[in-house]
Amino acid sequence: MLELRGVTKFYGEREVLGGIDLTVSEGEAVALIGASGSGKSTLLRCIDLLEEIDDGDIYLDGVAITEPGADPVPVRRRLGLVFQAYNLFPHRSVLENVVLGAIRAQRMARSDALTAGHALLQRFGLAGREHDYPDRLSGGQQQRVAIVRALMTKPRALLLDEVTSALDPELVGEVLGIIRELKGDGMTMLIATHEMGFAREVADEVCFLDAGRIVERGAPAQIFSQPENPSTRRFLTRLLAGARA
Amino acid sequence: MSATSTVVVIGGLVAALVLSPGWRTIRQTYLSWHYFRQILPSLPGAFWLDARIFLIVEAVVLALGLLIAVVRTVRAPVLFPVRLACAAFVDLMRGIPLLILLYVVGFGVPALGFSFLPTDEPVLAGAALAMCYSAYVSEVFRAGIVSIHPSQPAAALALGLTRPQALRHVVVPQAARRVVPPLLNDFIGLTKDVALVSVLGPQEIVRVAQISSDFSFNYTPYIAAAAIYLLLTLPLIRIVDRQQRRALRRQNAVVML
Amino acid sequence: MKPRTTIAAALAGMLSLAAVALAAAPVASSAATSCAKASLALVHAGQLTVATDAPAYPPYFENNKPANGKGFESAVAYAIAGQLGFGAGQVKWTVEPFNASFAPGPKSFDFDINEISITPARAKAVDFSTPYYTNPQAVIVVKGSKFAHAGSLAALRSAKFGVQVGTTSLAAVNAQIRPTQSPQVFNSSNDVVTALREHLVDAIVVDLATGFYLTSGEIPHGVVVGQFSASGGDNWGVLLSHHSKLTGCVDQALAKLRSNGTLSSITSRWMQSGAGVPVLK
Repeated sequence: MLELRGVTKFYGEREVLGGIDLTVSEGEAVALIGASGSGKSTLLRCIDLLEEIDDGDIYLDGVAITEPGADPVPVRRRLGLVFQAYNLFPHRSVLENVVLGAIRAQRMARSDALTAGHALLQRFGLAGREHDYPDRLSGGQQQRVAIVRALMTKPRALLLDEVTSALDPELVGEVLGIIRELKGDGMTMLIATHEMGFAREVADEVCFLDAGRIVERGAPAQIFSQPENPSTRRFLTRLLAGARA
Repeated sequence: MSATSTVVVIGGLVAALVLSPGWRTIRQTYLSWHYFRQILPSLPGAFWLDARIFLIVEAVVLALGLLIAVVRTVRAPVLFPVRLACAAFVDLMRGIPLLILLYVVGFGVPALGFSFLPTDEPVLAGAALAMCYSAYVSEVFRAGIVSIHPSQPAAALALGLTRPQALRHVVVPQAARRVVPPLLNDFIGLTKDVALVSVLGPQEIVRVAQISSDFSFNYTPYIAAAAIYLLLTLPLIRIVDRQQRRALRRQNAVVML
Repeated sequence: MKPRTTIAAALAGMLSLAAVALAAAPVASSAATSCAKASLALVHAGQLTVATDAPAYPPYFENNKPANGKGFESAVAYAIAGQLGFGAGQVKWTVEPFNASFAPGPKSFDFDINEISITPARAKAVDFSTPYYTNPQAVIVVKGSKFAHAGSLAALRSAKFGVQVGTTSLAAVNAQIRPTQSPQVFNSSNDVVTALREHLVDAIVVDLATGFYLTSGEIPHGVVVGQFSASGGDNWGVLLSHHSKLTGCVDQALAKLRSNGTLSSITSRWMQSGAGVPVLK
């Protein structure tokens, strides 16, 4: 459903994405792992057309979305991007945060949006917080609101950019729980993450990014137990060593 | 401790005033109860003129200032000549003294002789005030808009909002809340600069005080006018301070990484 | 108004007599101060510092240069100075904006001559000399105005007036004419003229002498509709600091100038007679 071919991007002279090939099928969850600066966030932002690529193509449902001069807005309406820093709108209540996209971008009627918003917030354990402002919520709660906000626009796929990396450890679980649920619902997802255990459990495929290139990809069991590429091995060893320490 | 030092300082200042060699004259000239009572009835009516001009001009200034700021921050190439014109306007209005602008607009516009242009002095004066202040206010809004972290409009765009929608629902509301203190300063400044309309003829409050003062050779009418002014400005300051504190608390919600 | 002038003249007369008596006596009493030049209490020793506002308009001054001795008030000032014993070269002019002239505290001038009207209320804050001129008000419009042939003050009631701040013209307009619209008040007589020229106001009220000057050139097609007197009359006096020791001496000087005819010849030289102008009631 989402296909990347040869996606390349430069910041000036520096190559940040080099010839990325990637396919995410409907209902599939693909995990992106790699060190900071390896290009995971950039890749997700490029897919959501928040940044321009310099070479290659991206296809959504078979249609090239990176044609020069194409309007990015309809594409962004079909994709949902959730940020590491949640990026909730601080001047709006939780409920107002989640319905803004549905009302303005999807042109949903306000009453329908409010009903749907209530329901989703309730489903993900945020009942009763609708009229609070983001500053009153914990990090985990804010991230859950951010996910609900993205879901309200009924995206074809969710792009999750290290959504638990900014959270205190005890709050990580509640967010991962939602993602697990969504996978169960059949949501197509591209997940950039440091949570290896979670990736192993939820992902159908794992891609390891190093300096803007996918140097290894495969089933989670294989990648985490028997990585072939030395870079992959080094990365995983460092990560696990950090976790044990 | 703070109470003691307050009493000491204020008491000291009052004592210095009252014990000064010229205190008797000062009291008669600036704080004369007789002249205060005499001028007071005519001041509220005159102040109503200032208040009306101020309310209308402030509304225009906020709208025009925001419009200019938005025009100057969007990137659409088609708007380039408009952006250039706005930049020139802002520089000019910030660069010349308001008093000169009042004279140029107030006496210059009627001299042009176009019958469709207004010759009503409060309107002309209000126009000059609006031109000057919307330049300053546009800079304040612009600073506010630019200060919004790009992750905010990014989140809005990610939801599928267009750039104008992102501006309208996400960037500008936050920018506006953020710039309330400098806007308040301009707001308060405008309440006082409104008195300058007097150069074009209308008898607003400071002019009325001046006439009385010139007539009786006593300065108390000015003190009375200042007192009336404070009745308006002090509560305004307190109200907006409170709003600002509330808004700022919400502003510091999201963790920036 | 006659009574005030008479009282003032009587006062001046009495002071002159007292001064003469004292001059004859070898010892100066503490009640009267000697007006001999050497014993005058001056702001700057050795010179007479005279103030007026800027710009200094005709017919009271010429070319905005008070020091050239031309113009009614310049001439009066030099005449007073002469009586006090100062030659033209010993008179120094300084600028004092009108509404600073009555501020409390020490003055930067010995006396201020600036078309200032004497009122009892003002006399509580400053000293005034006896009057040197009695000033009627004049109504000026542009030729062709519907008010150009007004025969009475009542006929002017619907006009939009312009006056200068700090002048007795505003009080005169409010008291004698009682217009239906609030008069427009301007900072300078220049602005008043501009307002009339650009039809921002229908009519302006100024001192009669100023009115002659304006209609002779400043206001194209300007015409004096008529003159009237503020109730109580409008007497101009020289302004001095409160309880100034010079006041009596200036009054003596003015009394002398009146009695020897100098004041009236200065007046008829510089101030056009209002004889030809209709009096509005």
